[in-house]
Amino acid sequence: MTQGFSAESRSIALCGSGGAGVMTAADMALEAAARAGFYALFGRSAGPQIRGGEAAAMVRIATHPIEGVDDETQILMAIDWGNVERFAAELPLSGNSIIVADPECGEVPAVMAESGARVVPIPFKALAKPIKDGRPNMVALGALAVMVGLPDDALKAAVEKALKGKRGDKFATAFDASMAAIAAGKEAAEALSGFTPLTAPDRSQAHRWLMTGNQATALGAIRGGIRFCAAYPITPASEILEWLSQALPKVEGTFVQAEDELASVTMCVGASAGGVPSLTATAGPGLSLMVEGLGLAVASETPLVVVDVQRGGPSTGIPTKSEQSDLDVALHGLHGDAPHLVLAPQSIADCLNTTQWAVVLAEALQTPALVLSDQSLGQSRALINPVADSGLRAQRLVPTADELAAGGYQRYAVTDDGISPHALPGMAGGQHIPDGLEHNPHGTPSSQAKDHFTQLDKRARKLDSYDYGDRWATLEGDGAIAVLCWGSVTAAAREAVVRATAEGLKVRLIAPRLLMPVRPQQMALALDGVSGAVVVEQSHSGQFLRYLRGVYDLPSAVEHFKRPGPLPLRPGEILAAVRRCNAAVKG
Amino acid sequence: MSESKVPAAAANAYKSATKPVWCPGCGDYSVLASLTKSLAALQLPAHEVAIVSGIGCSSRLPAYLQCYGFHSIHGRALPVSIGLKLARPDLTVITTGGDGDGFSIGGNHFLHACRRNVDMTYVVMDNRVYGMTKGQPSPTTESDWDMSAMAPEGGTGLAPFDPLSIAVTAGANFVARAFAGDPNGTADLITQAIRHPGFSIVVVLSPCVTYREEQRLWKEAVRPVEGAPIHDIAGAAQWLLRDDGMSIGVVYEGNRKPWSPHREPTVPVADLDRAFVLG
Repeated sequence: MTQGFSAESRSIALCGSGGAGVMTAADMALEAAARAGFYALFGRSAGPQIRGGEAAAMVRIATHPIEGVDDETQILMAIDWGNVERFAAELPLSGNSIIVADPECGEVPAVMAESGARVVPIPFKALAKPIKDGRPNMVALGALAVMVGLPDDALKAAVEKALKGKRGDKFATAFDASMAAIAAGKEAAEALSGFTPLTAPDRSQAHRWLMTGNQATALGAIRGGIRFCAAYPITPASEILEWLSQALPKVEGTFVQAEDELASVTMCVGASAGGVPSLTATAGPGLSLMVEGLGLAVASETPLVVVDVQRGGPSTGIPTKSEQSDLDVALHGLHGDAPHLVLAPQSIADCLNTTQWAVVLAEALQTPALVLSDQSLGQSRALINPVADSGLRAQRLVPTADELAAGGYQRYAVTDDGISPHALPGMAGGQHIPDGLEHNPHGTPSSQAKDHFTQLDKRARKLDSYDYGDRWATLEGDGAIAVLCWGSVTAAAREAVVRATAEGLKVRLIAPRLLMPVRPQQMALALDGVSGAVVVEQSHSGQFLRYLRGVYDLPSAVEHFKRPGPLPLRPGEILAAVRRCNAAVKG
Repeated sequence: MSESKVPAAAANAYKSATKPVWCPGCGDYSVLASLTKSLAALQLPAHEVAIVSGIGCSSRLPAYLQCYGFHSIHGRALPVSIGLKLARPDLTVITTGGDGDGFSIGGNHFLHACRRNVDMTYVVMDNRVYGMTKGQPSPTTESDWDMSAMAPEGGTGLAPFDPLSIAVTAGANFVARAFAGDPNGTADLITQAIRHPGFSIVVVLSPCVTYREEQRLWKEAVRPVEGAPIHDIAGAAQWLLRDDGMSIGVVYEGNRKPWSPHREPTVPVADLDRAFVLG
C-alpha cells in the first residue's frame, strides 16, 4: 500500500462544509509543523459566502523551504463532501493520490472518484462520537499527523495554543477532548499503513515565521519607512490595510480609511508632498481608479507606493482568486509619457523585501512605484525562515537650509541624474507648488516646448540612470534553456527548473523583479548563451510575453506556457514546457 | 489685527511673481487679495501654509501665492489636502477651488471631508459655471440657465446643488458665505474659518464676468446674514433651506472635535516581527 510519496514534501487537502472546522484543523497542523521544524504553505479556497460555507484547506508541508504548490493533491481528507465539486479543479487528484473519506458521508463524488485515486475509509464522525466534546476535525488532524509525521509534543503544543482563550476546567475539558480525538485519528491512520512520514527535520533549527504575503507586504512597507497609508477596503488586499491600521499607530504613523480609491491615492500624494513616505494597497478595480492619481505623482515627482494584489479580471472578475493580468495596466495604463516603477515580488518572503525596496526606490527617485502582488501570494500563509531586515530605508533628497537661504530654489531643477532636491513644507525659502500641469524648473505652469522636453527628459533620466543592482531579477543557473517568468509563478518555475536539471536538462531561471524601467543590458547578459526560452505566466492574453518581446531580444525558439487564473500553474506543467522547448531547440 | 487694517505690503508679501490667467474683472482676483489679507492678519509664515487645489480657473490660485501646497487634479483637492494635513498637522492647510471641482467631480470627497472634520479650511469660489472649459453648466447653475452650447433651450432642468446646507448636514464645523465684491468681509470670514477648529467652508460668490455677465448684478442682491451664527445643525439647515443663497456671513459654527488619526504608544519597528514568530 506504499504510495511512493516523496519523503520531503506532502500535499494534503482538507475539505468539509461550513462548521466542520477544516480551517481550524489546518491552522493547528501548521502550528505543529512549525514546532517540528517543517516548512509549509497553506492556501484556502472557499465558496462565495461572506462567512462560513464549505471550504477546502490546501496544505503543503515540507522538510525544506517551499514557496508554491506541488503538482497534485497527494492526500484528500474529506470530513464530509459538502459541495466539494466546486473545489475539484483546485484539488487535482491522480491514480497516485489517496482519498480519505468518512463512509458515513456517502459515496465519493464522481468527479473525485474518476481520478483513480485510492479511497480509504476513516470514520471521522463515528470515532469522534464516543469522546465527550470530541470533534471530527480533530480526528482528521490526528490522521494528518500520521501522514506527515507530526510528533505528539508538537500537536499538544498546537492544541494548547488553539485553546489559550479558555480557562481552568473549560480548558482541561476541551484539551482532553481534542487530544483524545487526535489519538483516535492517529490510531485509525496507523492501522491503514502506507503513509510514510516525511523525514524528520532538525528541530533545533525550528525558528519559523507564519505569515501571509499581505502581512509580509505590510511589514516590508513599514521597514522601508512608510508612515502614512490611506486606503479603501478591497479583496484580496484588505489584510495589508488591516495590518497597517494596527501597526502604523505604533510607529508614529497614520492610517486613514478613505471614501474611495480616488481619495486613497490622492491622500497619499498629499501626505508624501508633506515629506511622509506613503503607500496604498488595492486590487485591479481600485488600481483602475487610481491611475489618474499615479500620473499626478509622476508629473509632480511625488514619491508613492501602490500595491496591487492582483485577482481575476477584467472588471470585478474573480475577487477571491489569483491571476497575473494587471501587468498591462501597471506598465502602460497611465496617459502621457509617464515613467514610473513596476516591481513584482516572487514569494511570500519576497513580498516583504520587494515592498521595502519599492519604498526606497520611490523615495529616492521621487516617482510612484507599483508593486504587483497577487491573491495567491497575498492570502496564502506560509511557514518560512524569519526574514531579516535588509536595512534598506527610505531617503528622499531634500535641500539644506543653507541652499535654501542662498535663494533661487527650483523644485524641478534640471540635474545630471534627474533627481531634484525636494523642499518640504515648513522649510523656509523652499516654497513651491507641485503641479500636474507641465512646468518649468521653478514649478510654474508652462506649455512651452522647451520646458516639456526638458522635464520629460529629466523624469525619464532619473529612472534610467539609477543603479538598481542585483535585485532587479532572480537569475539562477546557466543552461541554454531559459525559463522566464515573473511574480508568484516564480515558485513553480523554480521547482520545474530544479526537476529539469535533475533530469539532465540544462536550464536557467530568469525572473525580473523590476519590470519597469526595463534593463536591456542586464537582460542581454542574463540571456547570453540561451537558445530557447520558456515564457511562463498566468494570463489569458500573454501579457508578459508581449512585454518581453517589446523590450528585450528573446531567442527565436520560444515555448509559451500561459493560462489565466484561477487555477495555479504547477511545476510539472512547466517542466513539460521545458521539455518541449528543449526538444524544439535540439530538433 | 483686523483685515481692513492689514498693511497692503504685508498682504502682498504672500503673492508670487506669477501673473494670474484669470479674465479681467474675474471675482477670483478679489478672493486672492482676501486670502493674502487673511494670512497677513493671522501673521502666518508663508512656509508654514499649504494652499491646495484641483483643476479649474479658481484652482490656479495656489501658484499666485508664495506658500507651499499642491495644484493637483480635477476634483481631488480635498483628499490631497486631508493627506497633507494628517501627515503634517503642524501646517495650516487651505483648500481652494471652484464649484465644478468641489461639488461635481469632487462631490464625494466634499461629503466625506465634512464628515471627517479634519482641521482645515475650504474656500470655494462659486461662479455657477465651468469657466476654464468655456461656459458649461455647473452643479450650482440655475436650472433655467441656457446660455451654454451644452445646455438645452430652457436650461438643464436640474436643481442646483446647495453646498452650504449639505456642508452643515454632512458635518462641517464652520459654514459661511462670502461675496468677492466685499474683499475685507471675505478676508474676515476666511480668517474666522482658519481659526475655527475642524473642517471650515467658505463659499465665495465670485462672479464670472465672461460667461455669466449677469453675475455683475450680484452686488445688488447680496445682504448680510441676519442674526448671530447658528450653533445647532437642524436650525442652520432649516435657515439655509429658506435662504435665497445671497446672504453673506457666518451661518453655522459647530463644536465637534476635529478628527485626528488614532495613535498608540510607540514601539521599535523590530518589535512588529513578534506577531509572526512561531514554535
